[in-house]
Amino acid sequence: MSRSFFARNPSVLIFIAVLALFTLAVTMASEAAGSGALSTSFVKTLGKTLCLCLVALAMDLVWGYTGILSLGHMAFFGLGGYMIGMWLMYARTESIVAASMSNAAIPPTDQEIVDAIGTQIFGVVGSSEFPPVWAFADSLWMQLALVVLVPGALALAFGWLAFRSRVTGVYLSILTQAMTLALALYLFQNDSGLRGNNGLSGLQNIPGLTGVPQADVSLWFFWASAFALGAGYLLCAWVVSGKFGSVIRGIRDDEARVRFLGYSVEGYKLFVFTFTAVIAGIAGALYYPQAGIINPAEIAPIASIYLAVWVAIGGRGRLYGAVIGAAIVSLLSTMFTGGQVPNLPLGFYTIHWVDWWQVLLGLSFVLVTLFAPKGIGGLFDLVTGRRSPERHGADLGPDSGSFQEKEAEE
Amino acid sequence: MTKYLLAALAALMLCVGMAAAQDSPLQTLMQEHRALIEKASRKTIEPAIAALRDSGLPEAQTVLEKWQAKELWQRKEDGLFFFAEKLDGSAYQLIDIAGGGSVGEAEKSDLKQLKPNSGVRSLIGAALVQFQLLSPDRRKRVEALDAIQRDPAPEHLEALAGAIEEEPDAEIRARKERLVQLLTISFSDDETKRIEAINAFAGDTGVDARAALNPLLATTREAVAGDIPDGVNVANTLKPGQEEFSKEAAYDLLVTKDLAPRRISTADKRAALEANIVDGRVGGVPLAQLNTDGARERAYANLAEAGVVPPTATEAEVQAALDTHSFYDRYAEASIAVTDAARATLTSINTRVGLNQAADLTLDALSLASIYFLAAIGLAITFGVMGVINMAHGEFIMMGAYTGYVVQQVIPDYTVSILVALPLAFAVTFAAGVAMERLVIRWLYNRPLETLLATFGISIALQQLAKNIFGTQARPLTSPSWLDGALVFNDVVSISYIRIAIFVLALIFLGVFLFIMRRTRLGLEVRAVTQNPAMAASMGINPDRINMLTFGLGSGIAGIAGVAIGLYAKVTSELGSDYIVQSFMTVVVGGVGNIWGTLLGATMIGFLQKGIEWMNPSNTLAAQTYMIIFIIIFIQFRPRGIIALKGRAAGD
Repeated sequence: MSRSFFARNPSVLIFIAVLALFTLAVTMASEAAGSGALSTSFVKTLGKTLCLCLVALAMDLVWGYTGILSLGHMAFFGLGGYMIGMWLMYARTESIVAASMSNAAIPPTDQEIVDAIGTQIFGVVGSSEFPPVWAFADSLWMQLALVVLVPGALALAFGWLAFRSRVTGVYLSILTQAMTLALALYLFQNDSGLRGNNGLSGLQNIPGLTGVPQADVSLWFFWASAFALGAGYLLCAWVVSGKFGSVIRGIRDDEARVRFLGYSVEGYKLFVFTFTAVIAGIAGALYYPQAGIINPAEIAPIASIYLAVWVAIGGRGRLYGAVIGAAIVSLLSTMFTGGQVPNLPLGFYTIHWVDWWQVLLGLSFVLVTLFAPKGIGGLFDLVTGRRSPERHGADLGPDSGSFQEKEAEE
Repeated sequence: MTKYLLAALAALMLCVGMAAAQDSPLQTLMQEHRALIEKASRKTIEPAIAALRDSGLPEAQTVLEKWQAKELWQRKEDGLFFFAEKLDGSAYQLIDIAGGGSVGEAEKSDLKQLKPNSGVRSLIGAALVQFQLLSPDRRKRVEALDAIQRDPAPEHLEALAGAIEEEPDAEIRARKERLVQLLTISFSDDETKRIEAINAFAGDTGVDARAALNPLLATTREAVAGDIPDGVNVANTLKPGQEEFSKEAAYDLLVTKDLAPRRISTADKRAALEANIVDGRVGGVPLAQLNTDGARERAYANLAEAGVVPPTATEAEVQAALDTHSFYDRYAEASIAVTDAARATLTSINTRVGLNQAADLTLDALSLASIYFLAAIGLAITFGVMGVINMAHGEFIMMGAYTGYVVQQVIPDYTVSILVALPLAFAVTFAAGVAMERLVIRWLYNRPLETLLATFGISIALQQLAKNIFGTQARPLTSPSWLDGALVFNDVVSISYIRIAIFVLALIFLGVFLFIMRRTRLGLEVRAVTQNPAMAASMGINPDRINMLTFGLGSGIAGIAGVAIGLYAKVTSELGSDYIVQSFMTVVVGGVGNIWGTLLGATMIGFLQKGIEWMNPSNTLAAQTYMIIFIIIFIQFRPRGIIALKGRAAGD
């Protein structure tokens, strides 16, 4: 341990610096700072993108480093969003209800206020009772704790069950996908207690900040997201840099060998799975107040698969790759599906990108998988002069898809 | 001159007509009961209608019909009955009731229209039913039975009972006998007969039997001061505060029966308080303190004491009222023997119905299982045999369904189009599968996770492509008419022909798969390549070719499954993704690499889903959720599926 953490991981410093510069630039250009070069909605989009980068980091840790292709991390992301959404919705409705009731001749009892909030929130699903899951919705601190606890507990329980019975590889992927589907289907029901299909809405209105313009709020959330991403990056880089990182990479490359060396493979996997689920939950809790609405469709398995797509396109097994992939693909997605890209007339047919973006994404994904398994992050290897070993066509390690750092550095 | 002659002729004809009218036996009969008919009332008219009904005269039915329709007229002068048709002005053409044709004209003032009241009309209707029930026209008899079944009335009972003897058609006779029994249950005055009829229906699964029996056991909730009076058919006694009968409900019942004073609701109390604000205080309590229930109660009590608002019942008064009253459910049917018999019969019926429902559920589950099996069998080949995860499998199913849709646009005849669509869907998806294997999958054979991702990329591209081509709305795939309808065993158990067809198709596929794998050269080579590609290659098998064909085969079967699934579900671009997770579950639960495992997995998932739906019928979403959770737990105990491969075939 002669050299410091940053000296061993120069990419961390570079990343933090770039992130800080980016945050500064966005702040200067935002409406809140007066210049107005970036609209409030675009600042929100950038803030949301940072949150997606954070969950992509988590995905990279669990997939790129540990080799568990989890198709459930967007479910943890959504759960985090639901947890904070419950407080946002409750507190905001409470302030509205209290304001309307204060006009009445007789001051309302506490129970009357709670009943009125219940009617407001659950009217759309034909109920007015608070389901048990809303027990702590009135307390910001409890809900903030739940943002971490609920995804963490679900990941712990699911991971314990799955890893204990040695479910690995594609089986595990399908199992996580099934878990996501089950959760989404459950939340789609009206009697799940989370407003079913309608989801939670109006989350962009932060209780207690009604006087503050959205331009300021969006910037605050942007800062929070940038800070969370920076902190998450540091934490992840620290986790993968030491001995722990070596063990999880070992698990990725040959699980049985690591087990024979005496490591508790299940324990490591469970820790990574739960830890990344918590990061995903926090990312979700920052994302949905900026998005304003959350519904079960956000949890559907397709979202988690897109997450894998981002990480794969960005480059697995390197943290900045995941961030780059998530940022580029999700921003491009927003542009293409938002109709901001001009249509392409071919003479006989005009390509409407709104319709064709998914086809393009799907195909480019296939191409990346086939021809550039290192993703966009692989471009950095060209700059740093880091090359794969010339092995004359032989497989690269036991899991031929994985990238082995030591060998590559020779 | 001619005018007089004509008038004389008319008068002559009138006399002849009158004579004929008076002579007809029907008219005679009517005249016998003239007094009754003129002053028709529900209580007294019975003998007149019975006489007409039993007269055996062919015209009696017409007379009854006209009478019921208020088209029977009576001439004031001699009391004879006629049908009448309106002529110009106030003149009416009189027509003989016995079918003797026109018998002259009369002024309206000389006639009296018979207007039976609704009670009499319904009696006439019942009498008419007998005519219909005895009609020589079979269709009419069936119609009459349908009408009675739809809207049974006490009057029908006798008519129906009288119509059984002469019934020539065995089927209608059985129906009549059954209907008599049902009417006896509902309307007979004879208690023993009713009980006999009720007992006769023990174990009968017909909906009509339950419809006749259930009203007998209908109860109304009663409350009386003191004890329950004797002679009341009590279903069960209730205690306030027990389950399903809260004290609030009990007190509300007392209030609705005017046995206790109303309690003031929270909202009313609040309104009363609001109406009595004096100088920022209500009943002496400051407004600011009124944010608790206790303070409000105090304020209201103060107001009540002052006489401003009506007093409300206190908790103690409510309890006292509940203590001094008895609560019970009373059968609407007075006879205890009848309700006992009905309950016993219904219990036996319910047992039988439960058994039948179980059978019906089994059929449903089997058909769902065969759908899952169809969707998963292609996957069992690509995933199970080759170890290739094909996330685009669902999109191959969708492609098959859309192929069927396109074929139907070209070929209008549904039978032919289905016969064309099946092989065509196979060809299309076979080609797509081979293309995908050649272009993408063969480069990724050693990287299963990346195969998963690459095929997923193809899946979203194909899905969007289908959306661009066919639009987002669902496209119909119509089944041929001989597949419409259902095989009905009884009122409870039935299964649609399409589901039977899908079941048969699944069996055929199982057979085809087993044949190819065990009896053909291709199957042998596939098994060899699966076990050890290098060894197989050195034996002269071309693994590339085998992999390509196997993948094509799996994809082609998905295409045919798509046509079958499209027949009963709407074809959308999301059709495939609805099945992909379930299909993977089927393969994984069953055990990878074994077709019997897939079959067992599909059966288990199908039965499980139907079973959960049966327990919670309102919620298919919940059923799917619980099923997936169950599967996740199931994987804990058998991580390699129901049938796990052993030895070398198991691979790793």
